[in-house]
Parts: sequence; C-alpha cells; structure tokens
Amino acid sequence: MTLLYTEVEEELRAAVRALLADTCPPSAVLDRASRAAESGPPYDAELWKALARDIGVAGLLVPEELGGAGASAREAAVVLEELGRAAAPVPYLSSAVLATQALLTAGGQVAGELLGRLAEGETTAALAVSFAASPYAPPAPVATLGEDGTVSGTVTGVIGAEAADVLLVPVRLPHGVGLCAVEASPAAPGAAEGAVRVTTVTSLDLTRPIATVEFASAPARVVAEADGLELPWVWEALARGAGLLASEQLGVAEWCLTTTVAYVKERKQFARPVGSFQAIKHRLADLWLEVVGARAAARNAAARLAEAPAAGPLGDEAAVAVAVAQAHCGPVAVHAAEECVQLHGGIGMTWEHPAHLYLKRAKADQIALGTPGDHREALAGPADLPAPV
Amino acid sequence: MTWDEASVAERARAFLAEHDPAATDRLEFLRARFDAGLAWVHFPEGLGGLGAPRELQAVVDRELRGTPDNRPGRIGIGLGMAAPTILAFGTEEQKKRFLRPLWTGEEVWCQLFSEPGAGSDLATLATRAVREGDEWVIDGQKVWTSSAHTARWAILVARTDPDVPKHRGLTYFICDMHAPGVEVRPLRQITGEAEFNEVFLTGVRLPDSLRLGEVGDGWRVAQTTLMNERVAIGGTPSRRTMMSVVAETWRSRPELRTHDLHQRLLKLWVDAEVMRLTAVRLREQLAAGHPGPEGSGMKLAFARLNQELSGLEVELLREDGLAYDDWTFRRPETVDFVGREAGYRYLRAKGNSIEGGTSEILRNIIAERVLGLPAEPRADKDVAWKDLPR
Repeated sequence: MTLLYTEVEEELRAAVRALLADTCPPSAVLDRASRAAESGPPYDAELWKALARDIGVAGLLVPEELGGAGASAREAAVVLEELGRAAAPVPYLSSAVLATQALLTAGGQVAGELLGRLAEGETTAALAVSFAASPYAPPAPVATLGEDGTVSGTVTGVIGAEAADVLLVPVRLPHGVGLCAVEASPAAPGAAEGAVRVTTVTSLDLTRPIATVEFASAPARVVAEADGLELPWVWEALARGAGLLASEQLGVAEWCLTTTVAYVKERKQFARPVGSFQAIKHRLADLWLEVVGARAAARNAAARLAEAPAAGPLGDEAAVAVAVAQAHCGPVAVHAAEECVQLHGGIGMTWEHPAHLYLKRAKADQIALGTPGDHREALAGPADLPAPV
Repeated sequence: MTWDEASVAERARAFLAEHDPAATDRLEFLRARFDAGLAWVHFPEGLGGLGAPRELQAVVDRELRGTPDNRPGRIGIGLGMAAPTILAFGTEEQKKRFLRPLWTGEEVWCQLFSEPGAGSDLATLATRAVREGDEWVIDGQKVWTSSAHTARWAILVARTDPDVPKHRGLTYFICDMHAPGVEVRPLRQITGEAEFNEVFLTGVRLPDSLRLGEVGDGWRVAQTTLMNERVAIGGTPSRRTMMSVVAETWRSRPELRTHDLHQRLLKLWVDAEVMRLTAVRLREQLAAGHPGPEGSGMKLAFARLNQELSGLEVELLREDGLAYDDWTFRRPETVDFVGREAGYRYLRAKGNSIEGGTSEILRNIIAERVLGLPAEPRADKDVAWKDLPR
C-alpha cells in the first residue's frame, strides 16, 4: 500500500485536469450557478458526457466483467480531487460513487445490468437518500413498495437527482427493507408519466444543489431486499462515499490555498504585497500544514478502500481510515475556503469572485455523509477512548 | 558491497555469535558493535557504519534488541547533531577521534549555539574566537545548553570576523568542556528542574585542530546541525507518545470523563493519526527519491499536538491537576517530553514550540520556501556585524 500517487493515477489526473481547464474554468461554473434560477440545476451535461464516456470516469469502480474499468477507490479519489479543485457541476459523486457503490453492494442481476449502463457513461443514477445522512445512523426508508410493484414516498436532501436517469431508493417492505430502481425519465421503457417529481431546493451549495424527490406510484424494479431494518447497500455507499468525499475536500482546499497564495503575492497595500506580512504568511503556513495532513489522510482512506473487497462490509482499518479522513478533511476544506474569502479581502465577499463557490461547496461537504463530530465519535471504539458513562 | 535486509541481518547475527552480551562488559560490547559497523549503518565503514541505506538500521536494532544500548536519551545531542556534522565537515582525524566514544556514550556532547542576544537570529551571535598562533581564544556566553553539565565536548559557533555581515564571519569549533575558562551554571526552568545550562567561556584556548570546517564557513556547517535538530525533535518515532500517555490516563480514570473532553480528545487523536500518516507519506517520498517539503511542518505539528494534549490532560485530572509532582531544583541527565506527571508534561511541552526553531520561525520558513511568499526584510544582510544596532 502506498500513500503516493501511481503513474496511472497521475495520467488519469492529467486527463481530467486538462478537460476541466478547457471546459470548466471557475468563470464558467460561476455563470452556470448564476443562471440556475432561470435555467435550472447547474449540471453540465456535455462536460459530464466527456468525463463519463470519453475519459471513462463513470466506470472506474465497476468491475471489468460488468463493462467497467475495474479500477479502485484510489483512481476515483484522484478524479474527485480534480472535480473538487474545479467545483465542477457534474454528478460524479452521486452517480459514479454513491449509486454505483449501492449497486455493487447489492449485487444480483438488476444491479449488474444497471452497473453496465452506468459504466458506459450513457446512463446516470442517483441514490435517493439525504446527502446529510450519516453512515453511522443511516435513515430508515421513507418510501414504500406497494403490492403493485410501484414506489411511493418523498425523499429530501438528494444530490444529483436532476441529472439522474435512474433513481435508487431504499423502501420499506412488509417483512423488511429493499432497494428499488426507478426510471426517472417518463420516456424510459416501463416509466409512468408524473410518477417521479424532482424539485430542486434553493441550496447552500450552488454547484451541487439538493432536491426533493417525490415518488407517486412509480413503477420500480427491486434491486435487493433484506429482512429486518438494516440497509447494507445504503450503509456501504455512505461509508465509502464519505471516504472518497475526503479527496474532493482535499481538492477544494488545494484550490483555495493555491488561489489565495497567488493573490497575496499580487495584491499590494502599504506599498507591499500583502503576502509579505507575517500575519498572512503564518496563517497560510498553518493552512498548508493542514492541507498536507489532508492529503495524507485522504490518500490513506482511498488506499484502504481500494484494498477492501468491492462489496461486503468494510474492515476495521478501512472504517478507521474513512472516519479519520472525514474528521480531518471536512474542517480543512472549510478552513481553506474561509481563509480564501478573508485573505481576498473585499473581492472575496463579491459574487463575481469564485471563492464563494468553494466556501459553499466546502460547508455543504462538511455536513455531507456524516459531520466531523459523527466521524470522531465513530473513532471512540477503535481508538479505545470510551465515552463518559 | 551492496547491503540488503538479509545481509545486514546476517552480519548482526554473526556479531552476536562472537560477542555474547551476557558475558561481555557493556562498554566493550558497544565498542565492538561500533567496530563491526552496526552502530549506524548509513555511516561509512570504519566509522561505525557499513555505508548501507539508513532504513536498514531498523534491521540491526531488531536483531540486537535486548542487548546493552548506548542510552540514547543521555547522548541525543551527540547522536542527532554533532555526529552528522562531524561526518559532513570533519577531518579524517576528527572523525576517527570523536565518533566512536560519542556513539558508545563514553563522551557526552552538548551544543553551544544560542546566546542571550541571539535566539531566532542565531547568526547575530557575539561569542568571539580570536586566533593566536595555532590556538583560538574564545570569550562569550551561551545559553539553553542541555547536557553541558555532563558533556565532555561541545559543538560551538563563534564569531571570528566582526567586520563582515553576520552570516559570513562565523566559524564552527569543537569545544573542550574540560578546558580552563569553561564555566557551567544550571538554568532553572518553569518545570522546576534545570535540564539546561548557561555556559560562560572566558579565555578558553582551543587548538586549531578542533576547528570544524573552514574559517568563516561556520554558518553553513551550523545549517547541517540545525536541520538534523529539527528532524530529531519533530520526527523521532517513539512508542510512548503524548497521545498514548493521555489516552492511558483517560482509560484509567472513567470518573473524570465528560462529553466535552471526549470530543476534544478524539479530535486530538485524529490530529495525531493525521500527523502519523503525514510522516509515513514523507518517508515514502524520501524512499522514492522525491523528498517533499512536508518535513518543514512536522515539528510545527508535533509542538502543537504535544501542547494541546498535555494541556487537556491537566484539565481532565481536575483536583489531581492542581497538584505538581516535584518542584525540586533537579538536574536530569536525560530529556523526556512524556516523562513524570501531567503537570510536568504540560510545562515541558511549552518548550516544544521554542527549542530547535520557534514555531514562528518555522512558519516563516514554510511561507517563504514552500509557498514562495516574500521574504522578511533583511536590514542587516549587507551590514558588517560590528555595525549592527544592538
């Protein structure tokens, strides 16, 4: 196991970075976010196609026998670093990580068929679970599978639903729980007009809004079912997603640090670059150290997840690596974005500067998939630091 | 020859077969270990090493576990700072004379660098060295000298030319701590003990053969020492860490636990784990031949973590935290950041962000050398040392 980047990972990074530099500069993302009120969710369908299909990032976690690249969490983490660095409005985390991981854990014929479609990059999916759900206390299903094989119920706080062709929704069953696949587009075979309604919520994160998804007797296929109340597909998706989210947070923090360092070298007050003042230098040195730690923690989480079996429960080492990475990287991304706004002075407070896109992404990411406090509490057992009785 | 894990382990086992630690005098055993090249394998042959990669030392330490050691806590300055400097800049005679008794612990070393007027700005130091024939006459005052009271030798930086800018007029010496004119006075610290000393140098005569490096090249020589010091303070892997000590207290005193302290302790546990992972990544980069700048931050992170953990422990202990184990004016032979009791650890940790480069200076270094931010103004850069305001 290594915490460094392999050559293959660096090549993948270079391909993703080059595409994002061409098609997704901060100014374009800002435009898209600003127009969302009139033209709908900010997702960039063309960019997503280029990423998912041409570079093939959609199928990284999908095994080769199902049509994927058979890569691992390490490669997915590198893609997330770059997407975080660009605050790119694409449904990668929601489709290629969360939904894909739920299907990998579920297994079976329906999951296999869906994973094949996702890996091709022609179909996009979303996991209809709140982005604020913690992997340590997964929410009980709020939707029900009726006897007629349709799903009804309302799920809030979902990311990537507007861009999804297929929604994976946890459901209550008479004797337990299940995971259902619902075709979101009314034009899809087997779909029904008006059965799925996705409403974008006015969201803190402009580049990855949340949505409310309403299912009204929506025709569904059962992907997996289990007795009892445990939802292993959801739990695994949230836990592994949390581990990979750390890499997105690293990318966000890196952009904020790099952009801020460049700015304080240029910006002059009192006839000096403001970056020559120790008050600024020391803050940025501390932030750099936090980002160095974030890289080590995020790489460790990705490497441990890559070693874990693709389906089935995470081992202790991987679970600790995920919790450590989230407990550290979430606050680091927020701190980096806050420093970015502060050290840009007045310009950092304006809509026209992209710093706020990163602040909003970082703050939303901090809440997503378990708060830093949730992840710290999960470490009490492995660290043998028991809670007060 | 090229050494690998197997051949080094083989050599260590062959050494043990010839030198039964149970039947050999401790010092004889250590001298023989040095002569066998098993003291520090990355040193050259004949100087206690094998010219092997540094990481193979772990193989030797594993094979020789349980045999008499050189009590590294007592001779840390010799091992961590004097030895690499002597190796890099010493003459063949100096290496032959000093390295063996340094490593075996027969001769303790100390460091005569800081002065009352030269702390972070070490290059402005005022201790004078004046040449008289084949000798140098030293006059001045040094401070923060740990082990000076047990030391046989010291590494010393002194000013040999006051007429040039501060960095250029320095020369590096080995100082005989038994020479007439060397006076060591304990310097009592906030912990109550005197781990450090003040050293007064009055007309101390050192032969030119104790000069290390060229006249006027002392600053460059000192850089080697100081870089090794930061590695020694920030990067020492140790089983007993502040985290493990505080965690032990937490486990053994369930009645003291609160939810607030629990969250704070878990955060520090995460910080410690992130620091460990950063060090692992740094070592991987070094092994791959791409040393990263991460090393500059390790001591900074280490100091903060030690201070926060030791502070939390005292708070956790409540009434026991109001007590202190011993204010006696003691003179310990070793430095142990995690020794004694919580109050001592809390007070001693305050030194971690001062010794070996303050955290403020380290932040400057990161900001300037890693992030490329503008350097601090250097009003004294081109001014002769004697003309500097003081």
